[in-house]
Amino acid sequence: MATATLEPDVDQSALFEFLLRIGDNALILGHRVSEWCGHAPALEEDIALANTALDLIGQTQLWLGLAGEVEGEGRSADNLAYLRDGFEFRNILLVERPNGDYGKTLMRQFLFDAWHYLLLKALKGSAEKRIADIAEKTFKEVSYHLNRSRDLVIRLGDGSAESHRRMQEALDDLWPYTGEMFVGDTIDAALAGAGIIPAPQSLKIGWDEIVADALSESTLVKPADGYMHKGGRRGVHTEHLGYILSELQFLQRAYPGAVW
Amino acid sequence: MYAQMVKTDGTRVRSLDEMEPHERAFQERVDAGQKIEPKEWMPDGYRKTLVRQISQHAHSEIVGQLPEGNWISRAPTLERKAILLAKVQDEAGHGLYLYCAAETLGISRDEMYEQLHSGKAKYSSIFNYPTLTWADIGAIGWLVDGAAIMNQVPLQRCSYGPYARAMVRICKEESFHQRQGFDALMRMVKGIPAQKAMVQDALNRWWWPSLMMFGPSDDASVHSVQSMAWKIKQNSNDELRQKFVDQTVPQAEYLGLTVPDPDLKWNEEKGGYDFGEPDWEEFFNVIAGNGPCNAERLNARKQAWDDGAWFRDGLTAHAQKTAAHSVAAE
Repeated sequence: MATATLEPDVDQSALFEFLLRIGDNALILGHRVSEWCGHAPALEEDIALANTALDLIGQTQLWLGLAGEVEGEGRSADNLAYLRDGFEFRNILLVERPNGDYGKTLMRQFLFDAWHYLLLKALKGSAEKRIADIAEKTFKEVSYHLNRSRDLVIRLGDGSAESHRRMQEALDDLWPYTGEMFVGDTIDAALAGAGIIPAPQSLKIGWDEIVADALSESTLVKPADGYMHKGGRRGVHTEHLGYILSELQFLQRAYPGAVW
Repeated sequence: MYAQMVKTDGTRVRSLDEMEPHERAFQERVDAGQKIEPKEWMPDGYRKTLVRQISQHAHSEIVGQLPEGNWISRAPTLERKAILLAKVQDEAGHGLYLYCAAETLGISRDEMYEQLHSGKAKYSSIFNYPTLTWADIGAIGWLVDGAAIMNQVPLQRCSYGPYARAMVRICKEESFHQRQGFDALMRMVKGIPAQKAMVQDALNRWWWPSLMMFGPSDDASVHSVQSMAWKIKQNSNDELRQKFVDQTVPQAEYLGLTVPDPDLKWNEEKGGYDFGEPDWEEFFNVIAGNGPCNAERLNARKQAWDDGAWFRDGLTAHAQKTAAHSVAAE
């Protein structure tokens, strides 16, 4: 990533969009992961998943808090999380995929963590200090998430015949949702040009390496690169997001103006 | 109280003179306030009672994730969501310490799960009630964790070392849980009228089940007297219930709420509240499996276990392969 200093005229609305993208990923994945609470296949997994969800919700507070600040219209992280409709959400489609069985949840986590890890690693060097600061803090958490999800993908891939089958199925099912992480648009180009974020395409090589390495250890087969779904980053989601939001936002919508 | 009506197998408590020398030595150590540790000799009844009590306590923590987990996805702010996640995670952690404490007595976690799933082992009656609104989450922290603390603080002095030590950490976390529950309710009663109504409704539903957590009066119970002689139990159910009511009623008044008990009255003479009798028929029904959520709670746990079998088997298979590889490499 370029190390150019922050241009004073960097487009604040582009910055706002980026912060929604990264904040919404954390929010929606945190929501999905927290759905497991009390239902995981082992007590240690319940604890680890709650921990991951807790990290992601904490990250949401940081990213959406900064988004509100950058927007300058007085919206808080809570306002952004609870009072936007689906078309205003900017998360990638991968994180809103339903949990499925535990294997699918872990595979989704691994595919996301590998990318999230690289993104935050690059953002630690962002020319926008507030972004670099958040990246510094959250990178530690996400390094741990990647360690954990990678380890479990390997052990289950190279486990029993059934665990292997389930993990391969999860991988095949989620693969078409991975391409969206690496597609840039004019917002990315503007921010990457200013040294604020890495160009999405630039993370692809590192991600391919992390994934190929883990898949080879896990004895799983990387699916062929075919059609990739996208749309989340510009507000065009799957039907699942509406249901997530109707749960997530229920109290704020049912009792407007109430303080909790 | 997360352990209710724990049986001791005894029919009466024996005096020191009636005991064999090693049992007498054991009882004298307990009487002197010394801790009993896993590898030491202990009466069979003591061991069995502890396994029943600690596993019931652990199961309560695990099943207790469900009613609160029910609102994680609907928590009203990011902060409340984070607090609730942290709380439920603590509870899973409590379950883990407690299962480990019970394992020191010679039972495995899988065996304890089996007893829970088959209905042989119980968990606290309180978790068979539904969480219907967000105020229920506050009420659980305030009332349920408040009642649990009443029982768990003395358990830090329990004669069995691993249980007592697990309880020290658990009590610290429980007191945070109680405060966050009260804090959530305080915010709501200061809010719009609909929020205050929600809190009153939650108190109406959770008050009596919370009093039932202590179990029926046990002054005449041989199990209770034996557990007290072993210092597994320190106070009678009625003592703890009275303490809970005395502590909680002023808090309800502070919140501007009405406790749903027409017989509740301050008794100057005893320096505590007089209060009505919980509906013990309801309690015994819940214990017998007829509470509003018994079937759902148990099925959720069984399903989590059954659905996760492939995951656990997969990890075991991987561990066996790795072990075989490292043997082959030697």
